Amino acid sequence: MARIPVLPTGTEPGPEFRGPVGEDRVPHTPRAITWKRRRRAVTQFWSIYRTNGMGMVGLYVLVIFGAIALLAPVISSSRGLDPTLANGPILAGPSLKYPLGTDDLGRSVLTMTIWGSRISLMVGLMATVLTMIIGASIGMIAGYRGRWVDAVLMRITDWFLVIPWLALAIVLASILGQSLFIIVVVIAVTSWPSTARVVRAQVLSVKQRPYVERARALGASDWHLVTRHVLPNVFPVIFANTILVVAIAILSETTLSFLGLGDPLHVSWGTILEFAYDAGATSLGAWWWLVAPGVCIVLVVLAFTMCGYAFDEILNPRIRER
Amino acid sequence: MKTRTYLLQKIGQVVLTMFFILLFNFLLFRVMPGNPAVLLARAAGARLTKADQLQLIRDLGLDKPLIGQFFTYIGDTLRGNLGKSTIVYPGQSVMSIFSEFLRPTLILVGISTILSTIFGVLMGIHAGWRRGSRFDLSSMGFSLVLYAMPEWWLGILLLIFFAVTLGLFPTGGLVSVTQTYTGFGHFVDLLNHLFLPCLTLTLAYLGEYYLLMRSSLLDVLGEEYITLARAKGLREKLVLWRHAVRNALLPTVTLVALNFGYVLAGAITVETVYSYPGLGKLTFDALSAKDFPLLQGMFLFFSLAVIIANLIADLLYAYLDPRVREA
Repeated sequence: MARIPVLPTGTEPGPEFRGPVGEDRVPHTPRAITWKRRRRAVTQFWSIYRTNGMGMVGLYVLVIFGAIALLAPVISSSRGLDPTLANGPILAGPSLKYPLGTDDLGRSVLTMTIWGSRISLMVGLMATVLTMIIGASIGMIAGYRGRWVDAVLMRITDWFLVIPWLALAIVLASILGQSLFIIVVVIAVTSWPSTARVVRAQVLSVKQRPYVERARALGASDWHLVTRHVLPNVFPVIFANTILVVAIAILSETTLSFLGLGDPLHVSWGTILEFAYDAGATSLGAWWWLVAPGVCIVLVVLAFTMCGYAFDEILNPRIRER
Repeated sequence: MKTRTYLLQKIGQVVLTMFFILLFNFLLFRVMPGNPAVLLARAAGARLTKADQLQLIRDLGLDKPLIGQFFTYIGDTLRGNLGKSTIVYPGQSVMSIFSEFLRPTLILVGISTILSTIFGVLMGIHAGWRRGSRFDLSSMGFSLVLYAMPEWWLGILLLIFFAVTLGLFPTGGLVSVTQTYTGFGHFVDLLNHLFLPCLTLTLAYLGEYYLLMRSSLLDVLGEEYITLARAKGLREKLVLWRHAVRNALLPTVTLVALNFGYVLAGAITVETVYSYPGLGKLTFDALSAKDFPLLQGMFLFFSLAVIIANLIADLLYAYLDPRVREA
């Protein structure tokens, strides 16, 4: 059985690890031992990941888009988004001054695409976090509790899995209204079931392992077992799934925006495309207005998918050996 | 005996799921913020007075207790009475609107599902068999890019290129409006209008079938019985087609059904892009106009379609793979 690399849970290492750490120094608290093990796992994971070409390309693309989103105020002024301040030519093709052309209000498509990255990525990430919270909790509870709790939760999961997601999203969004928050909720509500199933399957296998039994025999509570023994071992699976869910969430946001369910007050890649479509960019042949935001969506989704595949390959030795 | 238990179990699950869908659909439009009367009033603008609203509430039976309303709703739904459209086709029954828009969608979704499955599976077999070859790498890249693309964006690009710039195909609709054709001309005209939406959906779903077929073939090729087949001295072609592909095809069967929900989602956006008069475009119109009875009916209809597709896949899977029945 291959060791599953454990990823850091986000806190700093304990005080035992401040300063240089040699392999020969024996950590003397359980926490220190745990952290040493986790650090080694992360290093080991990274050294495998680095050799994965697909994963590295995806990572580079994500770093570039992350930088663009964070540095948007530095790269371009948000005044470029205000239709009342726009002074460019109307619906002009790419030129030196407007490398990606302008829209029907004379705004630079480049500026809008740069600023759109912020909302698109933010909605994608927030929806993913919510999806993970719902999916992982339900999967953990179902897998750990078993019996009728499992049966009931899995029926509900199956049921959500069967409902056509866009139909449900349309119904929810049209009843609840239009805002970024509602978009996030709608995406999470429609995408948690697959996460719940993946997590449940992993919990079922971890639950059977001898060390969990050992901890239980020593009198560990359910809470302790779940947080200290089950969760750390399910975490890599959750993480790999997360990356793939981000891709789906970003795609979902663009589709909902295209259908006019997005937040009209915030510019995202999806809403730019919706504006363009509604303004008749298709029949006017204004391809530049539609190409840049779409290419960005494809690149980011592709990058997340590639990273997710790389993760899957590392965590699943069976695929690696194939 | 076992087969019958399996069958009954599956059908029981489907009935339960359908009941949940009905309950959910019922509650969604009644208990959620804003009851139907308020939603309808909001959609109709200021035209509805307070008295009108009360009348509407009485007409819709909303003044009766919730449980009674639920039974009325179930009875109506089972009898095929899904209410009347309010805005898109005022007064027309939802059921009759559906039957009118169903055929174009069935044709579009049916043809593109068949085409994407065939091409995706064939490409997947070819790539998995010659793993690491130039074809494998390029088709992998191609599929991943298609997979990462919103299908309606692909539709818009194809529309701009083939219809607007090159003028090879019409920009939308089901048939030409300017000219009426009869006989064979009509058929060609229909195909002409169907081509781009169909191409879009086929490309959009091709990637997934390819990726699944490729990975499932790779899984199967690692099995011991493949080594045995080779050890027996079978020709490679025979090993591939008779031993490997047969078993590798199984997951694809499930995916076709599981994907049905996504294909319908694709139909909503792609039909909108090409103004193709099917259920997808109808959904978009109902959504833009906030025609709630129509939306509610649409949700019910799409859910049922996916449930039935899943049931068929389950039964087909059990038929193809005896291990599922025994388990």
